[in-house]
Amino acid sequence: MMQIDPSLVDWSRWQFALTAMFHWVFVPLTLGLSIMMAMMETMYTRTGDEHWKKITKFWMTLFGINFAIGVATGIILEFEFGTNWSNYSWFVGDIFGAPLAIEGIMAFFMEATFLAVMFFGWNKVSKGAHLTSTWLVALGSNLSSLWILVANAWMQNPTGTTFNPDTARNEMSNFWEVLFSPTAINKFLHTTASAYLLSAIFVIGVSAWFLLKNREKLFARRSIVIASIFGLFFGLYTVITGDASARHMAQVQPIKFAAMENLNYGRENAPYTAFGFLKNNADEEILKDTKLKIEIPNMLSFMAYLNPHAFVPGIVDLVYGNKEKDIMGVNEKIEKGRLAIEAFRVYKEAKNEGDVTKADLAMNVLNQNYSYFGYGYFTEAAQAIPPVKLTFYSFRWMVYLGFLFIILMIYFLYHGIRDTLGKHRWMLVIAIIAIPLAYLASQAGWVVAEVGRQPWVIQDLMPTFAAVSHLEVSSVKLTFWLFAITFTTLLIAEVRIMLAQIKKGPNHGGK
Amino acid sequence: MFENLSLLTLQQYWYFIVSLLGALLIFLTFVQGGQTLIYRLGKTELERTLIVNSIGRKWELTFTTLVTFGGAFFASFPLFYSTSFGGAYWVWMLILFVFVIQAVSYEFRSKPKNLLGQRTFDVFLFLNGFLGTILLGAAIGTFFTGSQFQINKLNLTQLPQSGSPIISQWTGPAHGLEAVLNLTNVALGLSLFLLARILGTLYIINTVEHDKINQRARKDLMISSPLFLVFFLWFLISILTKKGFAVDPATQMVYLEPYKYLHNFLQMPIVLILFLLGVILVLWGIGLTLFKKSSRGFWFTGPGAIFAVLGILLVAGYNNTAFYPAVNWSLGEGTDTFNTFMQSSLTIQNSSSSHYTLTVMSYVSLLVPFVLAYIVWAWRSINKVKVSEKEVEENTHSY
Repeated sequence: MMQIDPSLVDWSRWQFALTAMFHWVFVPLTLGLSIMMAMMETMYTRTGDEHWKKITKFWMTLFGINFAIGVATGIILEFEFGTNWSNYSWFVGDIFGAPLAIEGIMAFFMEATFLAVMFFGWNKVSKGAHLTSTWLVALGSNLSSLWILVANAWMQNPTGTTFNPDTARNEMSNFWEVLFSPTAINKFLHTTASAYLLSAIFVIGVSAWFLLKNREKLFARRSIVIASIFGLFFGLYTVITGDASARHMAQVQPIKFAAMENLNYGRENAPYTAFGFLKNNADEEILKDTKLKIEIPNMLSFMAYLNPHAFVPGIVDLVYGNKEKDIMGVNEKIEKGRLAIEAFRVYKEAKNEGDVTKADLAMNVLNQNYSYFGYGYFTEAAQAIPPVKLTFYSFRWMVYLGFLFIILMIYFLYHGIRDTLGKHRWMLVIAIIAIPLAYLASQAGWVVAEVGRQPWVIQDLMPTFAAVSHLEVSSVKLTFWLFAITFTTLLIAEVRIMLAQIKKGPNHGGK
Repeated sequence: MFENLSLLTLQQYWYFIVSLLGALLIFLTFVQGGQTLIYRLGKTELERTLIVNSIGRKWELTFTTLVTFGGAFFASFPLFYSTSFGGAYWVWMLILFVFVIQAVSYEFRSKPKNLLGQRTFDVFLFLNGFLGTILLGAAIGTFFTGSQFQINKLNLTQLPQSGSPIISQWTGPAHGLEAVLNLTNVALGLSLFLLARILGTLYIINTVEHDKINQRARKDLMISSPLFLVFFLWFLISILTKKGFAVDPATQMVYLEPYKYLHNFLQMPIVLILFLLGVILVLWGIGLTLFKKSSRGFWFTGPGAIFAVLGILLVAGYNNTAFYPAVNWSLGEGTDTFNTFMQSSLTIQNSSSSHYTLTVMSYVSLLVPFVLAYIVWAWRSINKVKVSEKEVEENTHSY
């Protein structure tokens, strides 16, 4: 009997990670910049000041360059669920396909159609219709992200779903539970808010460059004021929604939460590790120790349960179980998962034979154990642990940088309003450096979300390795390198074009 | 409203929507067709700029339709999405790849510091127009000619120690690329490429104000139209005369039926009329352009392409037909193993989403008329003025 080649799973994951991360280089800017452009154009329509129009068009040019490569990377992602994760596509396609289709019908068409009006309609439609188009581009791109994040959230916390053994798949039982799952709401708010913050940093960084060059001062100041108001508001909102996301994660993905903190042994009054290095534990192969750590007492308990004394389970509790705290170990879950899988097999057999009693009995066992279905594919308990180091460090860098950006926003808002932006030239340099850092923080956030949830593609129901397509490893390797080289080349081209356009400045009307 | 419909009605409704999206996609490949004409119709830099700026303002529309087509297929017939994309890997990957390189080419081609140079991006546009349409056609051809794959959902009960839980296995030798070895598929691929080119020519004639481009376009139409007819008739005759993949409605067993697709046309007269109307409109638009020197041919050939393709796709899936057949001729037609192999074929019934999901999606489909309405508004607003040197000059955004 054929078995799954582990390197096929690895290469398929690499390919998905590659395309997802490249895609995410372009998306956050699209999300936030579209709104800021619409704000700027609103200023133009309100005041009739031609300078606002120039500012709007300048950012639109950058938006267009960024948008093109964003969709180029996005199309691969959508189809990769089918090409590389075909087993997944069948097992949960009844639920997962819907948000992707709705994204196309409701959001992507809106974005793409009004984008053309936004670029080519300046002299062809009325001012009001043009402004509306720009706002609809912003609405469309943000609605896109809503549906995609709903889809992603569902993988982390599969709600509104039941398993149907007759069709051998999961089926949607409640659309509203999928759409309004707390995971989806937290994820959408946190991700978009952080994308707006990134876009604000982008606008401020580019404007700071003009100030350093003593060029386009009015343009730069106006852009900075709009961006820093926007960025400060959404920066703070990112913190609030990030906190809510973490608390929610502690409930639905406790092992991801424990990995993010490298909490090996559960405890009451758990401290939050503000800083630390991870070293492999000498005795326990699966564990890491946190060295040189700086802790904030009780903070983790508070983060997870809003109670400084609450018990937070650690990796060991979650993997091996903790009777005292009523936590089931992974081995027990594996047994239940196998019961579910076997019951599913027996059910199908009974149906074939027309044995109703046997089918009912099997159905009963299946229903009782279905929530552990995916564990049945595991061979040992330790498989349930996500990669701790990557999750731990990514989370920390995301948080450090996030707070740094908020300080940056306060600074630029203050000096933007008081018209003293040139006062500390080194701050302008920091604003430019902040652009790549913002991208780093944003990617780190996705690493926490996606690496931290391993080994699951659908939490508790399907491990990642069971989701792949049956392909030769060489095929996947080849497409991986094809995309790696193509995307890297296009990214270099994009950055060069962007820089050239920025140097031209806003007085060229976007040409 | 939709929840009271039977599962079969919903399946048929969604097969119609997906087919309509497919037909719209083929119509919108006029952008791709136009991309293969940039250097043929444009002999100077200015002429090429005019052509690119004419078709380029519509590229997102084609792209979005492709993405939505994929998404809608996933939501309504997930087993197709899983089987075809995961199995015919290379054909889909190549199609996607040529769309990736297209997406950036318009924005990047004429911008300074674009790393690869304008020529390279124009080559990307050509590759997208050429390979994109041919491969898409070959992939759609397999709806009639079949592919080698097997599905066993019970594989989900295989534990990793003993086997693989993956339900579908593609046994085709080249993971999808073998589709281009079948002449019927190739005929459809070339037909779609030539149709895209005809549509591209007609669109350029309709929107670009430039005498020389116009003349060259009409000349090109004289070549591509008869060629298109040859390949299209080839494809049509081959599917009408071949054995098709029929489904017994009572047992859901798949079997070969001689002249199945011809029967489908005859048993579904509305589809036949739709298809014939489409073909007539396609030819009418070409005729108007060639013989009446009209510039409005696009508005006949375009809708004609939609109707004809819609007709063809409906014939592939309606009237108890397996729309994505599994077949392995080397097993020997009529043998037990051959017949067993064929039972993995996808029908609209065995590959669809649940009643609940199709109902949800049907409510979503009520948005489609609004989407079409604003697309029409945007299209008309932008196309009000013909593309000319002056127009491109005045526009602050150009490719």
